[in-house]
Amino acid sequence: MLNIPIIRWGKPYESLEVDDVVHFATGEPIAKVSQANGGIIQRDMRKAKAARDALRQFSPDDLMDRLAKAADHYAEGTVPIGDGQQSPSEFAHQQSATTGLPEHMCLANMKKNSFVLKHMPDILDSLTRGLDLNILARGYGIESRGVVVSYQAQSPVLGAVLPSNSPGVHTLWLPAIALQLGLVLKPGPQEPWTPYRMMSAFVEAGIPPEVFSLYPGGAEAGAALLASCPRAMIFGGTATVEQYRGNPRVQAHGPGFSKILLGDDIVDDWEQYLDLIAESIYINAGRGCINCSGVWASRHTREIAQALAERLGPVEVLPPEDPNAGLAAFTVPGMAKAIWEMIETDLKEDGVTHMTAEYGDRLVEQERCAYLRPTIVHCSSSQAAIAKKEYMFPFATVVECPQEKMIAEIGYTLVGTAITNNEAWIDQLVDATNIDRLNIGPIPTTRLNWLQPHEGNLIDFLFRNRALQLSEERLEVLKRGE
Amino acid sequence: MPMSESSAQSAAGASLEDRQKAAREQLDAHTYEIVQWHFHESTGCPFWLEKKRELKFDPLTEVKGFDDLKKFPLFEDDWLRGGPVRRWVPKAYADKPIYVFETGGTTGVPKSRVVIEDHWIDYELFSHTLPDEYFPKGSNWLMLGPSGPRRLRLAVEHLAQYRGGICFCIDLDPRWVVKLIKKGWMEHLEAYKQHCIDQALTILNAGHDIRCMFATPKLLDALALALEEQGTSIPEIGITGIFSGGTEFTPQWTRYFVEEMLGGPPEESGVYMTPTYGNTLMGLACSKPVTAEEKYKITYYAPQPRAVTEVVDFKDPNQLVGYGETGRVKLTTLTKEFFVPGFLERDEGEREPPYEAFPWDGVSGVRPYHALAASTTVGVY
Repeated sequence: MLNIPIIRWGKPYESLEVDDVVHFATGEPIAKVSQANGGIIQRDMRKAKAARDALRQFSPDDLMDRLAKAADHYAEGTVPIGDGQQSPSEFAHQQSATTGLPEHMCLANMKKNSFVLKHMPDILDSLTRGLDLNILARGYGIESRGVVVSYQAQSPVLGAVLPSNSPGVHTLWLPAIALQLGLVLKPGPQEPWTPYRMMSAFVEAGIPPEVFSLYPGGAEAGAALLASCPRAMIFGGTATVEQYRGNPRVQAHGPGFSKILLGDDIVDDWEQYLDLIAESIYINAGRGCINCSGVWASRHTREIAQALAERLGPVEVLPPEDPNAGLAAFTVPGMAKAIWEMIETDLKEDGVTHMTAEYGDRLVEQERCAYLRPTIVHCSSSQAAIAKKEYMFPFATVVECPQEKMIAEIGYTLVGTAITNNEAWIDQLVDATNIDRLNIGPIPTTRLNWLQPHEGNLIDFLFRNRALQLSEERLEVLKRGE
Repeated sequence: MPMSESSAQSAAGASLEDRQKAAREQLDAHTYEIVQWHFHESTGCPFWLEKKRELKFDPLTEVKGFDDLKKFPLFEDDWLRGGPVRRWVPKAYADKPIYVFETGGTTGVPKSRVVIEDHWIDYELFSHTLPDEYFPKGSNWLMLGPSGPRRLRLAVEHLAQYRGGICFCIDLDPRWVVKLIKKGWMEHLEAYKQHCIDQALTILNAGHDIRCMFATPKLLDALALALEEQGTSIPEIGITGIFSGGTEFTPQWTRYFVEEMLGGPPEESGVYMTPTYGNTLMGLACSKPVTAEEKYKITYYAPQPRAVTEVVDFKDPNQLVGYGETGRVKLTTLTKEFFVPGFLERDEGEREPPYEAFPWDGVSGVRPYHALAASTTVGVY
């Protein structure tokens, strides 16, 4: 069992408050994680500038080279974690043991994080729209078209209040180091593994440890982090997103309500797209905000729902170490049951049909955890309450809705895949402000192109593009590159 | 409070076992006296005299000691909501000036407790546990806590006066704070906290020679950070004694605050901080001295025999748990002004053995009762 301390600007600190993290299925102790109180975080943040100062000793190119090395340490190395060492397979086992995600999915998520670290130059090139990163490093410079531009960092660090349920989200904060911003993370209670392993990999690759602070803890720690970091991300439910809406200091990531829209021009060929629809619902145990929770079409909806139910309904619960395991356990007591009860309530509405009912009970309760098996629901109207729901397992509604009403009816959609060749409708989809990521054509909602911004551009969040004027003399010096 | 009076006093110098026995005898005698008072027609309050008719036993003849209080049903704090509030005033005190203190009330009717002098007595007893070196007699106090219809505000002021000082207070409406949290208006919450801290800073910087203070842990934290921002600190501004309270007062928070905000234990920093535990129903339990050697463990002892804290089985509130075991905190209040025969707090903790200063049971690790805490998180993701 590992003892995992708080990290205060690179230095371990063992708290008197410790959270016992146990295996979700067996109860076996996996780690003792020190818990931070809010005051510690607020006090440490007084020294946040030192993290940026330390990173500014390195050029962005140098940092990105180190991130590429960190990618290897993260994916393949045995690195120090707390008072022990951790190999990649131990990482996958531990992450699976505490989050309920099957081990093979934990390994796949490692690859995703490693890929992002390795391809940081490409990712930042696309996020900055080709800006020379030295301009971000210095705060100003001359763009390729010969114009002086200035980008001012709005915070010396990026804070993040991380979730327990979806290891995929870690890709969002990884670019901070390359942007010369320190990292202040509150790991999810069941998922301390990625932040700690990532920090170890960074340090092994030569990033100074004093640019990292990791504060496991409760809600008070999260609130203190958000209050004291000038720029921070938080992952939570709809209420969290609403709470921070319009707050420039906080980028809130919530449920995705991602959807696939089938245009009238292609919907008669719906069978062609069944694979990509099923993949969008089921991959990664349906846990992500990018997993599809709604399939919308004007006709054939019952047949589509039937076909999806036949495909996903029989999926059984398998042990987390089984390479074929496709479902993740709910490790928080009572959560799966509470979700199923909410679904059952919604199923009572007229025009709502549970299509996976004939494949056995969806709620599978075990001694220490529970599972929800894939659930497909048909809605004959977009007004059904369940048509706007998203849950943390392979769950989707197939909703009958005329194409001309679809954009207005779908509500907020993080990833919208529109399968259509109707140019007029595509124009409307492009203009639809309720769709964040738009895929035009048969692209699974879960297939992200890392060169595209996700739920807000990180550069826009962390830097302010402002005016900066230079005297003629200074401009000449800048042009000469002195 | 530490044994310093009546029968307990005669046990001074005796073994812990003898002192425990004396304390228990004192508690039994006190219980008898209090029950006689509250259930006698000439002295009792209308509420208990009315309640007596519902009981299947006669408190006047069948309650002879503390254990007999188990015959009463558990006290329900909802009984304290709404009027007429005079039903809680003992007949013997009908002509005395009456205070009413409220608890809760963010939404709906708050719980009200009538008080005549209990808050003075409780805090005078507490005063005797404070070390004069760090809480100098005659020094002025800052009350950095809730104002309004709260017992705490007047009690702290009385404590300062009892010790020969003057108490400076701030305006702080805790009901608004709860509303801000419920609404998720965190920026407003932060601004309100800052408003409270600004008031405290103004008082501290106004030349009133304040040496002692009460503060909730959150406000104390915020005050210390604000002083740091001004380039000073709690010790530098002249504070030498702090008392605070609440379940947020955890060992880790205490360690952080002592080590990082005060600059070390009292003998190094010159500042003594003591946690307390209590509420409007019970009064004030004080803590065994908190030290680094004991990993900042916080153990509270009620001011027996005026109030008793027990740690009881989660399923059977009449069954004490073993020493070191976890259970729910049960309060009993036994004063002539107020009688609470067993009330289950919203907290849990571990039962602690008696020790020299407090020869009766204590409770450590006080935190919100897990069953109530869990019910608020299920279904959220």
